[in-house]
Amino acid sequence: MPIDYYLNIAASGLLTGLVYGLAALGLSVIFGVVRVVNFAHGEMMVAGMYGAVLLAGFLGLDPLLSAPIVAVLLFGCGWVLQRGLVNKFVERPEHMQFILLLGIASILVNAMLMMFGPDARNVSVPYSFDTVEVGPLLLDAVRLRAGAAAIVVAAALFAFFRFSRTGKAIRACADNPLGARVVGLNIDGLYALTFGIGAAVVGIAGALMSLLVDARPQLAPEYTLLSFIIVIVGGLGSLPGALLGGMLIGVSEALAGFLLMPSLKSLFSYAVLIVVLLLRPQGLLGKRS
Amino acid sequence: MTALLTVSGLSKRFRGLKAVSNVSFEVPEGRILALIGPNGAGKTTTFNLIAGVFPPDEGTVTLKGVRLTGLKPNRVCAAGIGRTFQIVKPFGELTVEENVVVGALARERSVAVARSQARAVLERLELLDQAARPARSLTLPDRKRLEVARALATRPTLLLLDEVLAGLRPTEVDRMVEVLRELNRREGMTILMIEHVMRAVMALSDQVVVLDHGEKIAEGTPAEVVADPRVVESYLGAEEG
Amino acid sequence: MTGRGLVLLALAGLLLAVAPLVGDRYVVSVLTTVLWFAYVGQAWNVMMGFSGLLSLGHTLYVGLGAYVSAALFVHYGVGPWAGMVPAMLVAVAVGTFIGFLGFRFGVKGVHFSLLTIAFAEVARIGFDHIQWLGGSGGFFLPVEAGVSDPLNLRGSPLLFYYVILALVVGALALSRVLLHSRLGYQWLAVREEPEAAEAVGVDLFRARMTAVAVSSALTALGGVFQAFYFNNLFPEQVFSMGRSIEIILPAIVGGIGTLIGPILGAFILTPLGEALTFVLEESGFDLPGLKQLFYGVALVVIVVFRPEGVWPWLARRLRLVRQPGEGA
Repeated sequence: MPIDYYLNIAASGLLTGLVYGLAALGLSVIFGVVRVVNFAHGEMMVAGMYGAVLLAGFLGLDPLLSAPIVAVLLFGCGWVLQRGLVNKFVERPEHMQFILLLGIASILVNAMLMMFGPDARNVSVPYSFDTVEVGPLLLDAVRLRAGAAAIVVAAALFAFFRFSRTGKAIRACADNPLGARVVGLNIDGLYALTFGIGAAVVGIAGALMSLLVDARPQLAPEYTLLSFIIVIVGGLGSLPGALLGGMLIGVSEALAGFLLMPSLKSLFSYAVLIVVLLLRPQGLLGKRS
Repeated sequence: MTALLTVSGLSKRFRGLKAVSNVSFEVPEGRILALIGPNGAGKTTTFNLIAGVFPPDEGTVTLKGVRLTGLKPNRVCAAGIGRTFQIVKPFGELTVEENVVVGALARERSVAVARSQARAVLERLELLDQAARPARSLTLPDRKRLEVARALATRPTLLLLDEVLAGLRPTEVDRMVEVLRELNRREGMTILMIEHVMRAVMALSDQVVVLDHGEKIAEGTPAEVVADPRVVESYLGAEEG
Repeated sequence: MTGRGLVLLALAGLLLAVAPLVGDRYVVSVLTTVLWFAYVGQAWNVMMGFSGLLSLGHTLYVGLGAYVSAALFVHYGVGPWAGMVPAMLVAVAVGTFIGFLGFRFGVKGVHFSLLTIAFAEVARIGFDHIQWLGGSGGFFLPVEAGVSDPLNLRGSPLLFYYVILALVVGALALSRVLLHSRLGYQWLAVREEPEAAEAVGVDLFRARMTAVAVSSALTALGGVFQAFYFNNLFPEQVFSMGRSIEIILPAIVGGIGTLIGPILGAFILTPLGEALTFVLEESGFDLPGLKQLFYGVALVVIVVFRPEGVWPWLARRLRLVRQPGEGA
């Protein structure tokens, strides 16, 4: 088999991995600041997918265009969720937070199951079956666009945290909540904002994913676990780590699915997770606490 | 006077930063030694090195000639060192009595025997009337006494006390000082204590070791140490006693 | 427990012992499900409730117990009473292996829970591909109608009912003995403050490993029961993450770390689910997912309003327990 063939598979895995990475970025942002593990993350992602599906169905919107609308909607959900429920749990033991978010996840996924049924829903765009030649590679147009959009959104997020006043305040809040409170930052407000941003980011990832995969409620727990894997592999709390982890998992999934069996591809991701947990629990780009 | 605890040449770096460097001292059997110094002087790190929380980079710790260096905290406890925590760590959901029973079980296999030992310790620390309350519901002074009770229940030959007087009101300080003095006089308990409350240090300790920037800068009786100009400069000058 | 509490407990036990004599097949089957969840919840509670180790992949041990005993029965004709020993041993071996990796490498908190999920998922995908055990198509135990063979755990629903009732009573007794033993005190100390526990002589590694071993062994026994009760095993169901969550719900609702909590939780959740199914079917408004949605709401409500679970609250209200530190 020619090397180009493998390169092609790796490249499309990389592009999918960018979308995975974007989803994980949302999880990482929430964990890094609010210190709560969002167990409903995959559910939010699938909500984003359905958002794109609906907007495409009713308004004929391309998911790339509906992504901002989905982002706004999910931002609202995340903000309300943090304000109304999760904020009360920030100081509570970890397992309580888990249980709360598991409950929320269960509500979300089953609400979607009731609304949309168990069957897969897809988005069709004019370029669904187009391919683009890039050097020796032949890539799907949808994958290329989804990957590129993921990079743009991730870059915007990095810029927000790096340069904006609010972004800096959120970072200060993550480093030292007590200190942030002392200097007069509104912690609860920033937490709600952060949760909203995390939800919006994963919502966009979902909208982009709807270009690549058909939306089904059953995907939700899978995506939750996938985001966890990526975040831990990349390093909890490290934003570049999440993106890197996403690409790594994307490529390894694609290659494993091709070389072994498609049904074994996630086994490979778990193996990567276990190895990283044991040998480098802080993740590839994480700092040791 | 034989030394019960011997610390020699202890050093520890964190990320290249020297937290403790080449600290040596001895705690004679039956005496009270106080470890003082300004914040960040390396007192708690020294404590943790003795208690086995992390191993030292260099140096040794011996108790009655038995080397403890590198042992885990539970082995250090088994060897005969009981400790308290600066930020108290009660087993919050357990009752006061259960907290102390866990301590007594360090040397006792039978829960019934451990319970009667625990009650005896609680009585001595005037906590018996609180025995059935959950530990999280105690006031700070009572929590501090619970720390001491739990450590005592492990029947140590040396007691490490990390700021058990901090945050107490003067009357409570006096009460705790009395308890510790009793323990030392009546039962010959050897104590190594980190303390900020100078009044208590002067009243209780036979000997004082002063740390600053991770190094030992002075050692002697409380009166000698207080008169030492280096100590005055680094510690008493910088902070209220 | 107070005298009142003991009397109530004895009464509940008596009621369960005679229930099949008064109830019909449906009642017996619901009670069997309730008791199964109560039992597995108790087993999970040893790890989370007593020792503070949050396992979110606990169905791994159910599945291992189920598959090992079923494989021995189907392929070698070894009955479950003998087969449960290797079933438990395999679960303990896997459990302590995960524990060993986790504790030796300092994998804590969230990360430990994720490690347990990861292994359960690996098992799910792995068992899908073991053709010797039916793979993803399922593994089936032979069923012959009208056979009564208690030695091979083949027989009427009544047989299964009393077996699971005995398991629940046994697990309750064992939990109580353990909790009041030296080991039990050490577990609780490790759960509350690992650092302080270590300072009073508790070997953290040993305490946690024994908790994992006891919990995985007990859970595997629940798996053996499941295999012989339902006679079919599918990796997608047995090892699914959703199943792991279903297992831990009763203990959470009833009260983590208490003796009665997991049992009470199972008696609340399962009948509630059944009632809901009934109401939905009657009203013709049976949407898939509604029941699980309801479970989710219940979970959120419980954790917001009764975070310590129903049992501690109920026990205080009805004066069923004496001491504040012990759940029972």
